[in-house]
Amino acid sequence: MVKIKINNSEYEVRDGLTILQACEQAEKEVPRFCYHDRLSIAGNCRMCLVDVEGSPKPVASCAMPISEGMSIHTNTPSVKKAREGVMEFLLINHPLDCPVCDQGGECDLQDQTIAYGSPNSRFDENKRAVDEKHMGPLIKTYMTRCIHCTRCIRFADEVAGVSELGAVNRGEKTEITTYLEKTIDSELSANIIDLCPVGALTSKPYQFEARPWELKKTETIDVMDAVGSNIRVDTYGWKVKRVLPVLNEDINEEWISDKTRYACDGLLNQRIDTPLIKQNGKLIESDWNTVLLELKRLLKENNPEEIAFLIGDFVDLETAYLSKKLSDTLNIKSIECRQEGCKIPFNHRSQYLFNSKISGIDETDCVLIIGSNVREEAAIINSRIRKRILSENIPVALIGEEIDLTYKYDHLGNDVNILTDLLNEKNDFFKKLSAANKPMIIIGQSLLNRDDSMQIYSLLETFTDKFNIIQDDWNGFNVLQLTASRVGALDVGFFQKNRSLEDIYKDARNGKYKFVLSIGADEINYKEFKNCQIIYIGTHGDRGANAASIIMPSAAYTEKDAIYVNTEGRLQLANKASFPPGEGKEDWKIINQISEYLELGWSFIDLSDVRNSLFNDFPHLAEDFNEQINIFTKLLENKSKDEIEIDSKDLRTIKEKKYDTQHGNTKNFEENSSQKVFNSKWQDLNDRQREYLRKYNYPETWLEFTENFGFKVVNDIKKKNNIILPYEEQYAQNLGKTWDDLTYNQKKWAYTKRNKNNLIGLADDANFTPEGIVVINDNQEAYYAKLKEIYFENKNLSLSISDFYINDSISRHSSTMAECSRARIQIRNPLKEKAS
Amino acid sequence: MLKEKDKIFNNLYGDKSYSLSEAKNRGDWDQTNDLIKKGSDWIIEEMKKSELRGRGGAGFPTGLKWSFMPKGHNSNNYLVVNADESEPGTCKDRDMIRNEPHKLIEGCLLSSFAMNAHNCYIYIRGEYFNEAVVLQKAIDEAYEAGLVGKNACGSGWDFDIYLHRGAGAYICGEETALLESLEGKKGQPRLKPPFPANKGLYGSPTTVNNVETIAVVPTILRRGGDWFASFGRSKNTGTKVFCISGHVNKPCNIEEEMSIPLKELIEKHAGGVVGGWDNLKAIIPGGSSVPLIPKKVCDTVLMDFDSLIEVKSGLGTAAVIVMDKTTDLVKAIANLSHFYKHESCGQCTPCREGAGWMWRMMEKIARGEASSNDIDKLLDVTKQIEGHTICALGDAAAWPIQGLFRHFRDEIEDQLIKKVRAA
Repeated sequence: MVKIKINNSEYEVRDGLTILQACEQAEKEVPRFCYHDRLSIAGNCRMCLVDVEGSPKPVASCAMPISEGMSIHTNTPSVKKAREGVMEFLLINHPLDCPVCDQGGECDLQDQTIAYGSPNSRFDENKRAVDEKHMGPLIKTYMTRCIHCTRCIRFADEVAGVSELGAVNRGEKTEITTYLEKTIDSELSANIIDLCPVGALTSKPYQFEARPWELKKTETIDVMDAVGSNIRVDTYGWKVKRVLPVLNEDINEEWISDKTRYACDGLLNQRIDTPLIKQNGKLIESDWNTVLLELKRLLKENNPEEIAFLIGDFVDLETAYLSKKLSDTLNIKSIECRQEGCKIPFNHRSQYLFNSKISGIDETDCVLIIGSNVREEAAIINSRIRKRILSENIPVALIGEEIDLTYKYDHLGNDVNILTDLLNEKNDFFKKLSAANKPMIIIGQSLLNRDDSMQIYSLLETFTDKFNIIQDDWNGFNVLQLTASRVGALDVGFFQKNRSLEDIYKDARNGKYKFVLSIGADEINYKEFKNCQIIYIGTHGDRGANAASIIMPSAAYTEKDAIYVNTEGRLQLANKASFPPGEGKEDWKIINQISEYLELGWSFIDLSDVRNSLFNDFPHLAEDFNEQINIFTKLLENKSKDEIEIDSKDLRTIKEKKYDTQHGNTKNFEENSSQKVFNSKWQDLNDRQREYLRKYNYPETWLEFTENFGFKVVNDIKKKNNIILPYEEQYAQNLGKTWDDLTYNQKKWAYTKRNKNNLIGLADDANFTPEGIVVINDNQEAYYAKLKEIYFENKNLSLSISDFYINDSISRHSSTMAECSRARIQIRNPLKEKAS
Repeated sequence: MLKEKDKIFNNLYGDKSYSLSEAKNRGDWDQTNDLIKKGSDWIIEEMKKSELRGRGGAGFPTGLKWSFMPKGHNSNNYLVVNADESEPGTCKDRDMIRNEPHKLIEGCLLSSFAMNAHNCYIYIRGEYFNEAVVLQKAIDEAYEAGLVGKNACGSGWDFDIYLHRGAGAYICGEETALLESLEGKKGQPRLKPPFPANKGLYGSPTTVNNVETIAVVPTILRRGGDWFASFGRSKNTGTKVFCISGHVNKPCNIEEEMSIPLKELIEKHAGGVVGGWDNLKAIIPGGSSVPLIPKKVCDTVLMDFDSLIEVKSGLGTAAVIVMDKTTDLVKAIANLSHFYKHESCGQCTPCREGAGWMWRMMEKIARGEASSNDIDKLLDVTKQIEGHTICALGDAAAWPIQGLFRHFRDEIEDQLIKKVRAA
């Protein structure tokens, strides 16, 4: 530890930090452009200059290591002047075209100009202009905006391992380019878009699509490979506009692959948005009831022996679990999730996991890759290996096709027999393997899909013993899975122990099957199932949908809450960022409905119900999951009391709720509620509406309703001026303004800070006044709402509040766009009629 | 005035051949082995005694600089000789390489030995094609004669010397940019720390010295540090090659004692200022990077590091650029600004963006399209660059402009007003 002084207060920080890092720890802000945690230090933007006592000149804090007794000043006039100077230099040749720049709103240069820039320009000369460079279909360049921080160059050199970016020319003619205007040949290339602190490198597919402040940001999990990168999905309305990485040190650090980033472009292409059924060789649009009835008929008619049940690559854990439950209940034996045809009878979880975890790569001292193109199969893992090699220069070898992995490795050959050679100490690499303390083997899928994979797998077990790959506190036996669904599906046992896809094909050729149920299984050769009727539940018009006679639309990965298990066996929560289009439904609901239609005796109220059941059956998964939930709860604890109160309102457990619902304790209650809310009898309600009532425990009386939601309804209209809202007015005062001076967003902030149940937040045409929020509903009735009280101008009170109430509930809780709009029409129209 | 016998570079003007035999006649390579046998500590001690200051411009004490190099057999040290002489007005190294290459090569051997370096690189400016040919020939001669190479001069010390030609960028004369360029990268200065003495060429401890610094080493060791220190003032000792150019009757390179009065230097060796001393307007005493000094200062100033710093200029490379009263100083400095704008490496912001801005403003002033406010703005911009950059090129770009307006602001403003009135 080193003692230093920052702005005259003493701090003790770890040795070996730079001044900038020390200032960060001391929470003293130092502006920067070129510095980035994960890249080498360039020190060229000169924005981070600070004063150090004893140094005649200001010092670039990003590059200067701290030393004992150093006294640093970040707030002196000379530092301020230096920052302003650098800021001015950066801006003189910057086009200042923020209104048409995609980076606008999330631009470092913009933000720091506000904080450190001078308000006016002294530059009377012409600005420099730079030609656009072509960097391929993903990255849009606008190099006039470039501030030459060289983050992109350093990323390409260091992380991506492709030296394809560089700066040509010198002085003010410096330009960042790919030299010959070629596409950057890297699977991580688009990360330079995030790294670029200005709008010089932006996303081409996202260009002019949206502004960052208009986007709803949802943190979720990627499913394009088995890495499970943490991502943020930005949606505009319900359209997914872009995908960005989220920091997770254990998995993807700060990067995502280009596949992850740009797969969202396909979310709405060739999308299945309505149930389809084949009649006379043609698929025609249908509805859920019809297709489910048809499915019911088929499942009932066919012998379970004649049914094959396959699931695909993007299936989440809950769906895999429910599929397994369905196949168990229906006694379907031919089930398979391993679409590449792996036939190893896995007995234990560690047999198919990346056991050392991805962060284990940072510890290993020898890597042997067998039959895997890690660069393509898991770009993030590959960059992690590269990082390890750059820092420690560990030995890496590959058995398999010789490929460019962006780092140096020993190519041992393209022959499985090399494994035996290594075992018999005939190959020189065995020395490095045996010398290693924490050796790691990465086994690619190509090895496990061979005809002789069983023998190889047992050979690998001998191999593991010989080279001490599994130790007490280290397990370097790593299987690299390729798809997001695989580990989850294997975990719940959705495969046959002694059979593989090949066997199912063989049976199909022998005419065993009449009927195939496929959930998103698109990598299968459907030609093998020539005489079978195929039912496909999926999202896109892929191979499965082309072969199918009945198609049910489901939700893609951005459109549902789900759990995915990555190749490490890590359970991760994916969050719903948008709706499935049209009639699409979340997969678990579809299977749930199948079960209800077939009267199989089990169905679930909601997703947490499914998860409870899942974790009951597979308690080892729960451990992982609970860990995550604990982290989440800890996060919650830091939040305000209001929120926690709202969370704890319904004290019944899900089980109790379920019991109450199933055993009729609340039957009367539900019926009464239905009349109140939907203005129709319980038996006239559709399933969806019944579900609402069950799920959200609709109150019977207004008293209950208001208590439940934390406000009371006052019938008489109060004069606006008589009502005082201390919190909101205080908020305005804190800002040194009166309420009327606040912007729309500030007002909204003031309310939403208080009003966490967000009843009003959703009303688009809300006007904010210090007295409350005036919401105009469709009938042009206005009412004021605030946290504890709602005032109505319209006498016809019950009408408007139920309208408001239902509207809100629908938009928050319906699972498809179509359902949402249909529910609105069904529910609202009678109300409107009554109003007129 | 320096006596002929005290001159280190006897063949500076190429009166005799540069070849090994002629050089030996002049005393080069004379018992080099004996000097080596005295040991590296003795060499460094002699260098410290001589008070030699680096001849590349910064004037850092050479003996001290050498003593920073790690000792012991484990470290792979390098000596790099900076022959990338690109400072406008400077042409001393060129004559030394042309006519006295063996002084440099012998100096390389001795200083490498002192710094425990087995390898030495000479980074020569790309434009010095003929000089590179000469130097390479001289190196080959030395190899053939066994003066360098394995067991150099029979001392048991293995020493290799390599010549590397640059591509003509001014910035590659900055020591860390030079190292980058030598490593095959783009010539852009490195961040310091780490300094080259810790992590230099290929990450190994490295000392970068100017050609003149190294070339005077053998003579200092032969004649003794005290002899060298007997010239000039204390802390500004020795002899120095001055490059006198501009409005003088006889531009020349001349080896003279340090701390010689500037007026004496010009009158005696350069045949005086064109039109007489009174026709003098200003002098840039140390190459383009230092601020100019007006005639009033030139009358009395001594040519050494400390006295020039006192008048807010610098000795730099001792390239004296004389400007008489016919000179349009603004245009002259604008020309320098253009040079710095052109040679800025573009790595760090203030220099990359500021150098071009300064040049454009200088041009405006030269055209008479500016006002007093513009001069304030320009000076403010120079202050924003000065001290904020990675290397000294930012300072070098700012100082000539600051010097100009320090001494001639009133005059320039008068001219601007006149031009405005005329328009």
